Amino acid sequence: MAKITYHTHDNKIHTVDVQKGLTVMEGAVQNDIPGIDADCGGGMACATCHVYVKEEWLNKLPTKEDGEEDMLDMAFEPKNNSRLSCQLIVSDELDGLEVNIPSKQG
Amino acid sequence: MNKTDVLIIGAGPTGLFCAHQLGIIGLSCEIVDNLDKAGGQCIELYPDKPIYDIPAVPECTGEQLTNNLLKQIKPFNIKFHLNERVEELKKNKNRWHVKTSAGIEFDVAAIIIAGGVGSFEPRKFPVKECEKFEGNSIFYSIKDKSIFKDKTISIFGGGDSALDWAIELSNNSKVNLIHRRDGFSGVEASVQKVKELNEQGKLNLYTKFQMDSVLGDKNIEKVKIKHDEGEIKEIKSDYVLGFFGLIMQLGPILDWGLNIDKKTVQVNTENFETNINGIFAIGDICSYPGKLKLILSGFHEGALAARGCFKYAKPDEKLRFEFTTTSKAAQERLGIKK
Repeated sequence: MAKITYHTHDNKIHTVDVQKGLTVMEGAVQNDIPGIDADCGGGMACATCHVYVKEEWLNKLPTKEDGEEDMLDMAFEPKNNSRLSCQLIVSDELDGLEVNIPSKQG
Repeated sequence: MNKTDVLIIGAGPTGLFCAHQLGIIGLSCEIVDNLDKAGGQCIELYPDKPIYDIPAVPECTGEQLTNNLLKQIKPFNIKFHLNERVEELKKNKNRWHVKTSAGIEFDVAAIIIAGGVGSFEPRKFPVKECEKFEGNSIFYSIKDKSIFKDKTISIFGGGDSALDWAIELSNNSKVNLIHRRDGFSGVEASVQKVKELNEQGKLNLYTKFQMDSVLGDKNIEKVKIKHDEGEIKEIKSDYVLGFFGLIMQLGPILDWGLNIDKKTVQVNTENFETNINGIFAIGDICSYPGKLKLILSGFHEGALAARGCFKYAKPDEKLRFEFTTTSKAAQERLGIKK
């Protein structure tokens, strides 16, 4: 298990234990944390699981695979710390990760 | 008024195969889809990406899968209503009366919702004021390019649509292309072409910029764009085009009184009927304990939902289970000559 903290747009903070091997997207969906739509189900095909990663975590995350940046072009208000949460697989290294969920997914 | 046994909403793989299953058991159907072509997410999201988990098909692309399904349902001559969204639904004695966005009306015995994650709609600018200009000086798709002649057009996006239109419109208009990063997702040849046009001064390329705000009264006059580092530029624009791909929205289905949970419709697993008799849901849009969002699950769900429709379409007949390998009736429906 790793602790992942999701800051939702209504200024609520949700800290949940997510099983290793699941994605940060699945952690949100399974715990009913609002704001992550994940329309395509984790296929890097829709950009509706977009999150902003807390700055100090940016360099600790696995690098973006081909296609993630292309999908982020489609996301709602992408920034330099934008990631698709379906591409972030939870591991010991991600224990304590904090992400902000944008106001909309599209 | 189109009278048919079943209306299928959604022409993705699940909807297409369900049409096949309806055809095999002798029910007629028509299909409505909001996109301009059949294939659903397979065509819109990943036409060229390979799929490896279609039973007995080791590998195929979304486009190949769609083409094969269309070939498989060809014998049934199914009527497609593309670029249409189902809007209204009314119970009419034992049948349903359905109306689409273009005013086409259907009289059907049952409805199968195979709508994926909803209908595809263009993604819009996050900037609030854009709404009031939409349709007069802000567009997300182009119907009549002649209106852009000799005007100044600001195009946002980095994919093929943005690049293609930037290149095309630069012939007769002053074009600004604005994109959030240096990299583009469009094909390399178009990226090179855009860079060339930029160097020749035939197009202005702004990278690492995003929209900040739009200014104007009735029509847009200027767009403010903001660089990653904070610099703001004001560019004169008669028209603004946004190409950010498509997003899926459930739309009017939400108002039909169906049990909806997290953008999916709850169904039973016996015949995939919803809480409303005569309305079924299959594929990614349905949910039940153990649901997998796989194409193969959609095929199974469609086969059962098609049979579930039978009692509504032919209340006085009994459906007999048959195999296509041996059923004369099924083979006749498939147009097989022996």
